[in-house]
Amino acid sequence: MKARVTVMLKEGVLDPQGEAIRQALGSLGFDGVTGARQGKVIELDVAPGTDEAQIGEMCEKLLANTVIESYRIEVL
Amino acid sequence: MKAAVVVFPGSNCDRDLAVAFRDAGAEVEMVWHKDTALPEGVDVVGVPGGFSFGDYLRCGAIAANSPICKAVAGHAERGGYVLGICNGFQVLAETKLLPGALLRNVNQHYICRNVGLEVVTSNSAYTEGYNAGQEITIPIAHHDGNYFADADTLDRLEGEDLVAFRYTDNPNGSQRDIAGILSPNRRVLGMMPHPERAADAALGGADGAALFRALTGMLESA
Repeated sequence: MKARVTVMLKEGVLDPQGEAIRQALGSLGFDGVTGARQGKVIELDVAPGTDEAQIGEMCEKLLANTVIESYRIEVL
Repeated sequence: MKAAVVVFPGSNCDRDLAVAFRDAGAEVEMVWHKDTALPEGVDVVGVPGGFSFGDYLRCGAIAANSPICKAVAGHAERGGYVLGICNGFQVLAETKLLPGALLRNVNQHYICRNVGLEVVTSNSAYTEGYNAGQEITIPIAHHDGNYFADADTLDRLEGEDLVAFRYTDNPNGSQRDIAGILSPNRRVLGMMPHPERAADAALGGADGAALFRALTGMLESA
């Protein structure tokens, strides 16, 4: 069983890497990109029956720093 | 006075930190990240700079969950002294011993140079060797030193006199120019600049030496 965790910087937390991506897209001629945010995706192979609450605990304890990041869990 | 310096895979300022403690008169023992307890009688724990666990996931995140960090947290909770420098500050933020987080530098660059710091408070075992308002020169060497915390936390840090150092010319985007902060009991200090790299005139600067001398002096007399 797989689960996918997407970790993003929270709204309001400055994302210098996302901003660099936005500027690079603009310089390539892609007009109209007004924002870019960069996050990370972590794919987990977990024991069958692992529920979202357990993965949420993994996010809270390690995968995300909730001071600056939010996370989304998808059980695949 | 007895100091312990934690060594993680990827730490690279651990021996410099040990030398700075030793030169200030401390007895120093190195502890490995897999150790589950600190040596008997340790007064201060140094969490050094470097790239613990290759900065994987987030700077300091894996180190913060290592066995020794449980012992370091216990030491802090018992009122022990903990000094986290650079990656060590990131580790202390990840363990929640200090509030906030260190984000990527706003200009995206790894910055390695001397910076000016204002000593904001002399009310701590680390900073009592300076005068509040004094400007000192200490090197920084980091990619993720952009201090972030929510406005309430920043207000609390300032209101309770827990900002230890500010940049005089903010190099990395840190909120309110913060370079180093103290815990509420003033015994845990996290800072991005490297006082151990400026603790001997032969290394190009000695402004950091007073921090180690003050700490050792206070703990000797305690």
